[in-house]
Amino acid sequence: MTNIPHLLTIITFLPLVGAIFIAGIRGEEAHVARNGRWVALWTSGAVFLLSLLLWFGFDRSNPGFQFEEHAEWIPALNIAYHMGVDGISMPFVMLSTLLTPICVLASWEAIETRVKEYMIAFLVLETFMVGTFCALDFVAFYVFFEGVLIPMFIIIGVWGGPRRVYSAFKFFLFTLLGSVLMLVAILTMYDEAGTTDIPTLMTTQFDPQLQIWLWLAFFASFAVKVPMWPVHTWLPDAHVEAPTAGSVILAGVLLKMGGYGFLRFSIPMLPEASTTLAPLVFGLSIVAVIYTSLVALAQTDMKKLIAYSSVAHMGFVTAGTFALNRQGIEGAMIQMLSHGIVSGALFLCVGVVYDRLHSREIARYGGLVNNMPRYAFAFMIFTMASVGLPGTSGFIGEFLVMVGVFQSSTWVGLFITTGIILGAAYMLWLYRRVVFGKLEKDDVKAMLDLSPREVAIFVPLILIVLWMGIYPSSFTSITGPTIERLITNYEVAVGPAVPGSLIAPAEASPTEPATTEPVTTEPVTTEPAITEPAPAAPAEEQQ
Amino acid sequence: MTELNLHAALPEIWIALAAMALLLLGAFTGDRAMRLIGLLSMLVMAVAIVAMLGIDVSAAPQLAFNGHFIVDRFAIFAKVLTLIAAAASIWMSFSYAEREGMARFELPLLMLLASLGMMLMISANDLISLYVGLELQSLALYVTAAIRRDTVKSTEAGLKYFVLGALSSGMLLYGASMIYGFMGTVSFAGLSTALSGATPPSLGLIVGLVFLCAGLAFKISAVPFHMWTPDVYEGAPTPITAFFSAAPKVAAIALFTRVLVDAFGGLTPQWQQIVFAISVASMLLGAFAAIGQRNIKRLMAYSSIGNIGYALVGLAAGTAQGVSGLLFYMAVYVPMTLGSFAVILAMRQKGQMVEEIADLSGLAKSQPWLAHIFAAILFSMAGIPPLVGFFGKWMVFAAAVDQGLYVLAVIGVVASVVSAYYYVRVIKVMYFDEATGSFDRVDGSLKLVLAGSLAVVVVGILFINPIQSSAIAAAASLFPG
Repeated sequence: MTNIPHLLTIITFLPLVGAIFIAGIRGEEAHVARNGRWVALWTSGAVFLLSLLLWFGFDRSNPGFQFEEHAEWIPALNIAYHMGVDGISMPFVMLSTLLTPICVLASWEAIETRVKEYMIAFLVLETFMVGTFCALDFVAFYVFFEGVLIPMFIIIGVWGGPRRVYSAFKFFLFTLLGSVLMLVAILTMYDEAGTTDIPTLMTTQFDPQLQIWLWLAFFASFAVKVPMWPVHTWLPDAHVEAPTAGSVILAGVLLKMGGYGFLRFSIPMLPEASTTLAPLVFGLSIVAVIYTSLVALAQTDMKKLIAYSSVAHMGFVTAGTFALNRQGIEGAMIQMLSHGIVSGALFLCVGVVYDRLHSREIARYGGLVNNMPRYAFAFMIFTMASVGLPGTSGFIGEFLVMVGVFQSSTWVGLFITTGIILGAAYMLWLYRRVVFGKLEKDDVKAMLDLSPREVAIFVPLILIVLWMGIYPSSFTSITGPTIERLITNYEVAVGPAVPGSLIAPAEASPTEPATTEPVTTEPVTTEPAITEPAPAAPAEEQQ
Repeated sequence: MTELNLHAALPEIWIALAAMALLLLGAFTGDRAMRLIGLLSMLVMAVAIVAMLGIDVSAAPQLAFNGHFIVDRFAIFAKVLTLIAAAASIWMSFSYAEREGMARFELPLLMLLASLGMMLMISANDLISLYVGLELQSLALYVTAAIRRDTVKSTEAGLKYFVLGALSSGMLLYGASMIYGFMGTVSFAGLSTALSGATPPSLGLIVGLVFLCAGLAFKISAVPFHMWTPDVYEGAPTPITAFFSAAPKVAAIALFTRVLVDAFGGLTPQWQQIVFAISVASMLLGAFAAIGQRNIKRLMAYSSIGNIGYALVGLAAGTAQGVSGLLFYMAVYVPMTLGSFAVILAMRQKGQMVEEIADLSGLAKSQPWLAHIFAAILFSMAGIPPLVGFFGKWMVFAAAVDQGLYVLAVIGVVASVVSAYYYVRVIKVMYFDEATGSFDRVDGSLKLVLAGSLAVVVVGILFINPIQSSAIAAAASLFPG
């Protein structure tokens, strides 16, 4: 049923078609704005429905690339248009296509000026986001990856807050500087291997010495994007100044591009360097988790607080990724997906009260539970997910990351765990100050509860958060085989070479399935969910 | 080889004769016929392009005039690009010239003659024809820079250009005479054979080469011979600046490439150092000096210095891949720079030309399409994909990395981030700032150039293969065997 040819191409470029369509709308301003909104909603909605075909048509036992498409692009240089998704990229495609219509809805009333351009920017952004995750050619990947900068720069700069210009530039230049270094690395790999085809490069062996340089160049790009301490400083500025929907996309999808980059490029293509430099990532992740959590505690601006919490949560992701074992990477994936939904939703929660009072000061609010019960409920779900309460998506991700990290290094695990405590502190404190307490201020009293449009935004997000928390199998069965293969290939590549490393690949693997199963049954009351024995078995055989 | 073989030079001969005929026409009709002569000049160029594409160079390069003149794929690629740029510049100059009182029939003719000089430069196959072509081009350009002889700025620009140009020509001649003195030949083929031996080059030859490079670096406005560029760009009438920034740059860099690769291929390690240094200096100066500019034409001057630096990255690689990257870079640079100048020509408020960057403020509201097009061009110049400017950078940096010039590549990409700052700053002014005044309606003739430029920048991503294939074929003709 799902054999639509060129499905990925359609999903990627349909938003662009919508954008061109919106660009063609003429007439008086109010009319154009209304049509622009509807076209954007219909287009992004259609894209989401199409991407569901991806979800249902995805072969969960196949660890390789699916829905592949090949077309000639620059044969003179052996560069092709190659698209495809595997268990790592497909969930991100879904995340992008899900969040875009939600963002369009969230901007329905908040954006009043230049609506047409705004909707065009969002649809173009969607094309680039989906393309980034689908591209299997390095040039195509880089084109999409970098292309994101243009619409995002415009979104922050035109529809942002008072310091929008500064923030937009900071975002643009930070990201660009990281990316151009990656470009040099891509060029080097292209020169070494003679191709930019990502699956081919995954099986290409690079000289370990060269790998270190390549890895660092990739790291420059992805670390800015994730963002990792100390190059995270663009993020709070960009988040605070961006319009609500911009923040949602920024936190929900753009940050994931960094994590995706580590999983897609750094580990499979540069395994030796990943092993050697994993301690660096651990160190930065620890700082990120602890330091930014403390910074988050001190914030008075809601958006800034959530922005810093994003840095901390992404610290979990990077630590889990470079634990370089199955639980760690699986956890990093789930954590990224969960964070994509939860932080996006938290920004939407801020957006709801910002639309009413035009203030993000935490101190301006209080007692919202009394007059906005539905809002308080939604906010609570997302706060709990962010804290990592069992039964929500956040728990699965953080727990798996911790299992993975502990296997790799107890000390790193110890430090990373403190982040969870701090995370609970700042999120619960935020919730207390905004939602509980006395409802005293008159303008706060006058605020209305969620409108049907806002309810429509939040309900699907809440359902997904709970779904991921209660039955994560739906997601891990997609990511599992691919991650399994990633780890197997990684261990084959570095296995014998690094006896005394942090990772201890040889001994860790046989115990993995044994530790995994009790671990994963704990959060889930229904049935053992995360790891099916079937995909785990080949790992043992490999040993 | 000892024959005239005139048909190889037919396009040049045709342009020369047509220019004479148009000169007579102008002498009889006067300045009223400026537009007519301009259109006819464009037609002459179009015919020359068609004639050029008809020259058969598939087997071997065609030599004419006893080997002084060469036509190969490289020459054809560069000439087609040059003529397209020149024709577009003439087209852009019409309404400006009529409005600003410089509607003189000599203007398109001088541009036509300058183009002829450029074609001779590109096809030069020895140091004499190189100099003749260069001077024909330069003399015509000096005059066009000062065509508004009643304004101080324009005459100042012309004079500066002339004095510094004469100095650089002197250096070039001096270098050429040194080379002739030490090698006993001026022909590129002769130099190439003489230098292919294992004997180390004499010091005198190296000095000559350095002087030659200095003279040519002036023509492409590479650092440290760039000083004239901002002043001339600012002072010359805007359509003339557009012309300067596109066609002569292509011709001069093609000449530079041919001299270094063809004649001095045996000295590649020597000139590679020179090209490396001026490339780095141009990229960095182009990036940093542009930050402080307030005048958009000066900004474009520094931008062109930087762009030449990027193109030279390809030459610094010293390989066929590098030269093809350079040609590709120029092929995307020309439409971008012409499009930018079309926007600058559209910057009129209440009938007056304005040139400050701040005057662009709020353009996105008052003239959204003009702003969108300029934004696309600027993002493309900054090298942000999916716009075509990115691929130009990709080609040259790929060549540099291929030769292990990682330092050059890293400096280059970092400089591109710095230059992205000032390009994006212009976008910021157009989109984020409040409008101060609104622009007059854009001329129809400019709209055509704008649309063409936008099409190249945005849709170019689909047509990289044909351009790059012909660039590769063109570069291959400089590297026999």
